[in-house]
Amino acid sequence: MKQGLTIAWLLFLASVPLWLNNLYVLHVLIMAGIFIIAAMSLNLLLGYTGQLSLGHVAFFGIGAYASSLASLGFAVHLLPDWQVSVDPKPVWFSMLCGTLIAGLCGWAIGRLSFKVRGAYFVIVTVSFAEVIRLVALNWVELTQGPMALNNIPYLRLGIPGLFELSFLRKPANYYLVLAVGVICYVVIRRLVHSRAGRAMIALRENEPLAASVGVDVTRYLVLATIVSAGMAGAAGALYAHYVRIVDPDVFLFIYTVTMVIMVVTGGKGTLAGPIVGGAIFGLLPETLRALEAPPEVQWVTYGVLMVLVVYFLPDGIVPALRNWWHGRSAVAAAPAPEQASTEAAR
Amino acid sequence: MLKIEGLVCRYGKVAAVRELSMEVAQGELVSLIGANGAGKTTTLKAISGVLPPVAGRITFLGEDITRAAPKRILQLGIAHCPEGRRVFPHMSVLENLEMGSYLRADRADITTDMQNLFERFPILHSRRHQAAGTLSGGEQQMLAISRALMSRPKLVLFDEPSLGLAPNLVERTFEIIKGIRAQGVTVVMVEQNAFAALELSDRSYVLDQGRVTMTGTGSELLNNPHVKAAYLGA
Repeated sequence: MKQGLTIAWLLFLASVPLWLNNLYVLHVLIMAGIFIIAAMSLNLLLGYTGQLSLGHVAFFGIGAYASSLASLGFAVHLLPDWQVSVDPKPVWFSMLCGTLIAGLCGWAIGRLSFKVRGAYFVIVTVSFAEVIRLVALNWVELTQGPMALNNIPYLRLGIPGLFELSFLRKPANYYLVLAVGVICYVVIRRLVHSRAGRAMIALRENEPLAASVGVDVTRYLVLATIVSAGMAGAAGALYAHYVRIVDPDVFLFIYTVTMVIMVVTGGKGTLAGPIVGGAIFGLLPETLRALEAPPEVQWVTYGVLMVLVVYFLPDGIVPALRNWWHGRSAVAAAPAPEQASTEAAR
Repeated sequence: MLKIEGLVCRYGKVAAVRELSMEVAQGELVSLIGANGAGKTTTLKAISGVLPPVAGRITFLGEDITRAAPKRILQLGIAHCPEGRRVFPHMSVLENLEMGSYLRADRADITTDMQNLFERFPILHSRRHQAAGTLSGGEQQMLAISRALMSRPKLVLFDEPSLGLAPNLVERTFEIIKGIRAQGVTVVMVEQNAFAALELSDRSYVLDQGRVTMTGTGSELLNNPHVKAAYLGA
């Protein structure tokens, strides 16, 4: 029954471009989808290993820049008389590069900063994001600085001469984001239900104890950071080839904050949490705008709703809904409470 | 079985253990007693590899484990039951026990071991799907001990097993530890409750400021006037 529900949901999501002929709404959905992927990746770190990365947008931006640069080609002087140039690569290959490079940065940051935990980890990640932003802003030869990377090619897939799928228009991009989102969801789901995932949860729960039962703490933290950074990079690559312009503003702190809000309100450490949180807080600003509320009312509503969620549902929306649902079925049927507590433990 | 020579451990510049030597034979129940800050917990951490020592040598079954990774030490057969928060609070009882067998690959035997533990502690079986954090203090302690046993250890390190438990539970915990020893598992225990620890153990080391100041059998130390004055309050 649970599986049926998932399939029904997917079919519904897949059907959206067929009956929705409002391109603006579709654009909003695509952007929300990209943010949901980023939020899911943050959830792996924040929700499952318990480490707060406040520089998560760096991985998103690195994915966006790396993918754009690979697809546009570039030439930079690393030394006065030593030039490195890269020819334009196909977009699918560039997007993979973006994902991998972001993952690689995740590995570096993971190795460096898991010597430190808690507040120190937060500071390392914040500084990392800020440094990367300044590089993007000032390394004009590579990134065009504030002039931004323009005319980024869109994704084309196919066999030359036979057929070609072009991801220029919005419905195609919607399906692309949906597909990547589903892949990321499945990867995260498999990961957290594996031995490695159990180790990550044990780390979040009680690190010294996890070490004492033989969990290799650093290894799993770094693994989580790599996967998380790679996914954020993939989201960035999707963004770059959809919007087709990337400037240093993709590194703004506010995007990290948005991701954190999505994860925390939705329910950190749950698979569906970032999706629910991302859908609500990704769509809310545009919905309020569509209602033609004055700007200040829009932001006040956003803030108040966020405070209400955090205050009344401290664990997030998804765990609260689940408890409510199990509470109901517990009244209906006797053996349910046992099940409820296993679910709560996840 | 376990031999420690000239162990030195520091937290930054502060030495917690200075030149500590001790030995544990197969099948013994050895306790470390002493005041707060004497270095008891630190010694256990050094043995299990959680805190690598600065100097000294630790050998277990003839193998040098001084700077081995916690994982390796666990594989050799030393399980550590740390003090304080002893369980993974949001994991179920079952999952906690599974974490105890984290390094084991023999699935069938794991199931058997778990069955045996459930027979020994029926309360854990009836709460197996409950989040460990919702158990009572005594139940959590049983779970922590059971989890340590899930790695099939040859030697178990217990850190303050009686801490924060009601008196009748303390007694029950010590009974369990005795039972573990009766099954042939060697036990090293750190305990604030010096009287109970001395009564229970074969031998004991009295620690003060990171050094062993006295050692002897439990009954010897119980009757030692200095121990009486300093640790037994008599």
